[in-house]
Amino acid sequence: MSVLVLVEHTQGIFKKKSLEAIQYAANIAKSTGTTVTAVATGNVGDDAMQALGAYGAQKVLHTTDGRLDNFNSRAYTKVMITAAQKESAKVIVGLHDTVGKAVTPRVAARLKAGLVAGAVSYPDLGKGFVVKKNVFSGKAFAFVNVTSDIKVITLMPNTYPVVKGEGTATVEKLDVAFEDKDFSVQVKDVAKASGSVPLSEAELVVSGGRGMKGPENWYVLEDLAKELGAATACSRPVGDSHWRPHGEHVGQTGGTIRPNLYIAVGISGAIQHLAGVNGSKTIVVINKDPEAPFFKAADYGVLGDAMEVVPRLTEAVKKFKANH
Amino acid sequence: MKILVCICPVPDTTTKVAFSDNNTHFSTQGVTFIINPYDEWYALVRALELKESGAATDVHLITVGKADAEPVIRKALALGGDEAIRIDADSNDTYAVAAQIAEYAKTGGYDLVLLGKESIDYNNGSVGAMVAELLDMNYLGFAAKIDIAGTTATVTREIEGGEETDTCSLPLAISCQKGVAEARIPNMRGIMAARTKPLKVVPAAAIDALTTIVGYELPPAKTGVKMIAADNMDELVNLLHTEAKVI
Ligand SMILES: Cc1cc2nc3c(=O)[nH]c(=O)nc-3n(C[C@H](O)[C@H](O)[C@H](O)COP(=O)(O)OP(=O)(O)OC[C@H]3O[C@@H](n4cnc5c(N)ncnc54)[C@H](O)[C@@H]3O)c2cc1C
Ligand SMILES: Nc1ncnc2c1ncn2[C@@H]1O[C@H](COP(=O)(O)O)[C@@H](O)[C@H]1O
Repeated sequence: MSVLVLVEHTQGIFKKKSLEAIQYAANIAKSTGTTVTAVATGNVGDDAMQALGAYGAQKVLHTTDGRLDNFNSRAYTKVMITAAQKESAKVIVGLHDTVGKAVTPRVAARLKAGLVAGAVSYPDLGKGFVVKKNVFSGKAFAFVNVTSDIKVITLMPNTYPVVKGEGTATVEKLDVAFEDKDFSVQVKDVAKASGSVPLSEAELVVSGGRGMKGPENWYVLEDLAKELGAATACSRPVGDSHWRPHGEHVGQTGGTIRPNLYIAVGISGAIQHLAGVNGSKTIVVINKDPEAPFFKAADYGVLGDAMEVVPRLTEAVKKFKANH
Repeated sequence: MKILVCICPVPDTTTKVAFSDNNTHFSTQGVTFIINPYDEWYALVRALELKESGAATDVHLITVGKADAEPVIRKALALGGDEAIRIDADSNDTYAVAAQIAEYAKTGGYDLVLLGKESIDYNNGSVGAMVAELLDMNYLGFAAKIDIAGTTATVTREIEGGEETDTCSLPLAISCQKGVAEARIPNMRGIMAARTKPLKVVPAAAIDALTTIVGYELPPAKTGVKMIAADNMDELVNLLHTEAKVI
């Protein structure tokens, strides 16, 4: 028996959120007296897989098939089902991201396993198998009891800090009996956002609203984001006006994020906007209107004009970095 | 080509979320239910466009829910679509919802199943992939653009850190987000027509829920904002470092 966890890498380097998922799985394994088996696909080195032991994986099952280099939910599901059967997995963990949200529900449906999507806590085994998750787009949490024999969880990235420990994982090859239909989606074009930090994984986010007045002023937010190593986001009207790409819009009808730091500039703080960001650990609001509702949801507030305050903040960050 | 659009009723986006019975139930008192925005603005409108362009012959709308879901599915019919189906089942567990939809879709000969990228109440983003698995279909999540030519779909969608364009032959399930279509406003004609369109109520298939919600919690209230002078950004950076410990 084991806790199975699907891990993702970019060109052979495992993503931080996957290390977090392994650590999460290790915690479950510890409290259920089992072990952690990570499942990795594609072109990744043995040493990188062995190093996953430092985060709690005892074993890594590795499937190499060139066709897995492009993610595809059917083929990945088959990989996970094959691994789950081999390991008699009782708990399966994925990430609540575009990969995890496409694979884990398929795996759950196939195994007839209850799913908790977007978990933000370890399971409470005292009352069954109860996991806390985000609901109402960050306005509340629900406690979900999984009653099926096998349990499937997608973990909300950035829920727990990643701590490196000791240990080496053993690597085993996993043979999967693919069929042609598993690869019937043809990839025509891939456009990776260049350089910047992906919003869903970002620990620091700089976000702008209509108060920025127009796309020509965004450079002040980009300068700040660059200095901090932050991702950029925006309010819905900004996305709707095509000032920014649609993927940056956060809120109830956009992305839900929970970074460590969310800096909201020229955003009024409408309930639909807050719904997507109020899981952030620390919120800074910069707005020229003292009555802006966002101040009520903020930890730190600055009253002032964005075009004056943000460049000053960027300078202050620069100075801070030079001294630390 | 027959399209099935999955419609989920959700509380209006301005709802102040509250719970009753010792935080075990979501209180629906005074709450207005709307069509999940992703289902309405993107999945449904794109299905209607495909019908208008002649690519699709039938657009059916399906919801899994008890009788109180009917006003919402009627609202969806007012935007367009040929008929609506309500599966008379509880909608508390993702697997159960997906299995009810798949059970019905199995016999309908649908070429395309369109869903929203997630419901704004339970935020699972899971029903689409589950339905695809249960129907042994391909699934493309987070679509921003969908084109159909004959029996081939071309879909541009969000992937980790970017965008990808895929082609895939039908049948196929796709979850939709911004970009797929532009929201429409229902008109009087649509609203009148919806009254006479068929709304089929289908008894629930015998499917057990695999999860139960045992309680709810509201996020801790913010203790109050600390205001920093606009000319003292060094102080803000210092607080973010020493107090909030986020940089
Ligand atoms: C069904 C539905 C779903 C929605 N979903 C979302 C969603 O997912 N995400 C979302 O964001 N919104 C959403 N909205 C829209 C939401 O209600 C608000 O309209 C929107 O968030 C407002 O965006 P904003 O704060 O950028 O603009 P505004 O409300 O116009 O606020 C601009 C702010 O900038 C400030 N400002 C102006 N000039 C300056 C300056 N020079 N310096 C500093 N500050 C300045 C102003 O004081 C004001 O507070 C939704 C609405 C509906 C009805
Ligand atoms: N009760 C339901 N009835 C019909 N479709 C649903 C239901 N719940 C969810 N869906 C569909 O599945 C999508 C994703 O929902 P979810 O997985 O619950 O976040 C929604 O956008 C709807 O298209």
